[in-house]
Amino acid sequence: MSATRENRAGNLLDVRGLTKLFGSLKACDGIDLTIDRGEIHALLGENGAGKSTFVKMLFGALEPAAGTIRWKGEEVRIASPGDARKLGIGMVFQHFSLFDALTAAENIMLSLDDPAPAGAVAARARELSEAYGLPLDPNAHVGDLSVGERQRIEIIRCLLQNPELIILDEPTSVLTPQEADRLFDTLARLKAEGRSILYISHRLEEVKRICDRATVLRQGRVIAHCDPRRETASSLARMMVGDEVQAVVREKPSAAREALLEVRALSRKAGHPFAVSLSDIDLAVHAGEVLGIAGVAGNGQGEFFEAVSGEVLQEKADAVRIRGKDAGRQDISGRRLMGAAFVPEERLGHAAAPLMTLSQNLLLSRCRTDARAFLSRLGIIRQGAVAKAAKRIADAMDVRKAGEDPEAAALSGGNLQKFVIGRELDRAPMVMVVNQPTWGVDAGAAARIRQALIDLSKGGSAVLVISQDLDELFEICDAIAVMHHGRLSAPIPIGEATYEKVGLLMGGARPEAAEPMLEAV
Amino acid sequence: MLESILITIATAATPLLIAAMGELVVERSGVLNLGVEGMMIMGAITGFAVALTTGSVWLGVFAAILVGAAFALIFGFLTLSLVTNQVATGLALTLFGLGLSGMLGEGFVGRPGLRLGRIDIPFLSDLPFVGRLLFGQDPLFYLSLLLTAAVAYFLFATRAGLMLRAVGDNHTSAHAQGINVVAVRYLAVMFGGACAGLAGAYLSLVYTPQWVENMTAGRGWIALALVVFASWRPWRVVAGAYLFGGVTIGQLHAQALGVAIPSQLLSSLPYLATIAVLVIISRNRRLTMMNTPASLGRPFVPER
Repeated sequence: MSATRENRAGNLLDVRGLTKLFGSLKACDGIDLTIDRGEIHALLGENGAGKSTFVKMLFGALEPAAGTIRWKGEEVRIASPGDARKLGIGMVFQHFSLFDALTAAENIMLSLDDPAPAGAVAARARELSEAYGLPLDPNAHVGDLSVGERQRIEIIRCLLQNPELIILDEPTSVLTPQEADRLFDTLARLKAEGRSILYISHRLEEVKRICDRATVLRQGRVIAHCDPRRETASSLARMMVGDEVQAVVREKPSAAREALLEVRALSRKAGHPFAVSLSDIDLAVHAGEVLGIAGVAGNGQGEFFEAVSGEVLQEKADAVRIRGKDAGRQDISGRRLMGAAFVPEERLGHAAAPLMTLSQNLLLSRCRTDARAFLSRLGIIRQGAVAKAAKRIADAMDVRKAGEDPEAAALSGGNLQKFVIGRELDRAPMVMVVNQPTWGVDAGAAARIRQALIDLSKGGSAVLVISQDLDELFEICDAIAVMHHGRLSAPIPIGEATYEKVGLLMGGARPEAAEPMLEAV
Repeated sequence: MLESILITIATAATPLLIAAMGELVVERSGVLNLGVEGMMIMGAITGFAVALTTGSVWLGVFAAILVGAAFALIFGFLTLSLVTNQVATGLALTLFGLGLSGMLGEGFVGRPGLRLGRIDIPFLSDLPFVGRLLFGQDPLFYLSLLLTAAVAYFLFATRAGLMLRAVGDNHTSAHAQGINVVAVRYLAVMFGGACAGLAGAYLSLVYTPQWVENMTAGRGWIALALVVFASWRPWRVVAGAYLFGGVTIGQLHAQALGVAIPSQLLSSLPYLATIAVLVIISRNRRLTMMNTPASLGRPFVPER
């Protein structure tokens, strides 16, 4: 192996043939990758391409089945995150690895190897947060902080260990465009200090903007090493996906018609310490319209969805109106019977019961609305009819599954999401409310889901999409409203909406202000 | 009269406090061990039998602590290494302990036992009214309060305590931080078992120095409930344990005085009062949520 090695003196990290198996699935298949000192290296790939598995092996959270890792020219075995940290590898996780019940300083203290007094840690954290432009209150409880603030803790925690390689896993997926800009400034500063960064993302523009080199993964293999600045976004996308992603087709919005879903002065107090209270939300979604709600995660989207779907009832019956009738006092089945359909954010455990089969999950959500089709008069399940409907949905949405009727948990995220959305679309609902329709779903499945939502609206239904993904909202919506701290802005028609405008609202700026006023964070 | 009532209250509260303090540490690490009653009764029979056989009360106490920890080790091995269901395993441990102690204790029923003597601090314990109460109790009474202070200090002022709370809050993150989740939980579970064993020994060597089958009489369950209602905060457990002890003794005296309330109702008073008061003090939901170990009862299997 060493004979074939090129001369790469000065390499910080040199990975050869790294392989990881999960059962018979090769999550990573012989991955080669080198990282130089002072370089920002992008790791690109779709969901399931093996990016996360790869970096977990670098960080010692997973054990490779084969392959070598050389760190500063020495072959090393990284058996635990502790080992990785000792070498000088730090990681900022995509799903934050913070402890909600502890304070920021306590969280930071936990990752330091040598016990230091709490006061000293807080002081050092404050120092770092100022040096890198990452404002932070060491005594705040993490559960109370916004996602952007949590990420700052993660980064500071990582920096306290003085790492030479920092792994960032999808760091901007939860940030507003402005917060992302601030993060890029921090990264540039780190790079100037000679630290290396492995930057995992599927946002191509971002990678083109800040990364020096890129490695593209597809189905666990390295497809290409390239210079992202010389590539176009679409050439990078082609490498990631393998073929061109089909663009979603959208027609011009027709003139406003009847409002099918109305929300009037909806307010809701926060039910628990980590919840957001909603204040005075007004909204109308018309027939043939797709309305998007943008916002950084944790600004009340979940609470809003619960209120609209009927998981939580409203005090006033007219706070939510479906097809011109008051629905505020109706529960979720009542609202479904009025012609509405809902798809919550979490697929497993919320939209679908993990250990029940697809047909059972179908029956669970539709046993009231389709009682005549699925149940006999005595309430006995018509297995044949349910199985047929499940198959119809799977075919319509191209759900790829093993076996005729597998358990929901056995499906991949994208396929389960297609099924969950297809289950509601199959009813041809007049009102459709979806929370994060394509969160963690690969590009092919995402395109299919988006097209299905547009097709539904073309058929005269009202569609409300809550999403953190701005690209998605700009692609499918006729208007975009922004949720911030439990308040909803007026919808901006898509013709007038820009990333900057929406991004400022996501950061809490007041609309129509002469100068954008960012709220103090 | 009042002084002696207060002393009996302390005697009733101490075993609850010791057992609950152990379980509090276990639950703070994210493990729910419903076997407290079983470990406690094993401590009671062990303490009684060893003290009687060897003639040394302290040997009995230490043996009870060891047996409690050993029993907890069984629970730990099953739930942490073999990842069995914590609720079912804990219940099984309780049933096992009750049965095994009954069998082992058969020959000890009705025999007079040894009593752990009380400490007598000269002069201070002769002070009027508070003297006996504060300065003339049994050593385990002082130990229980010391234990509370130590647990509170450990949890909130030491790095090891911070690690334990981190494991209980989010074991996946703790693992990613390089903390050995399973090892931390093993230690916590064994500490809980040792405390339960000690609490059991208190019953058979101090509270009523004799062996009666099922003599824990549900105190293990009360200790479990105290931990939850005290929202996993050490000093609140003290309040809960003493309140429970107080109402228990109070209602006994009320029954003796022939108060015209059905005795069944009086007997249930300690439970009702404890629940009512602890519910009131845990009204602050924010504080409760901050203190509830989020991983409680969830099995941990590291990815490999």
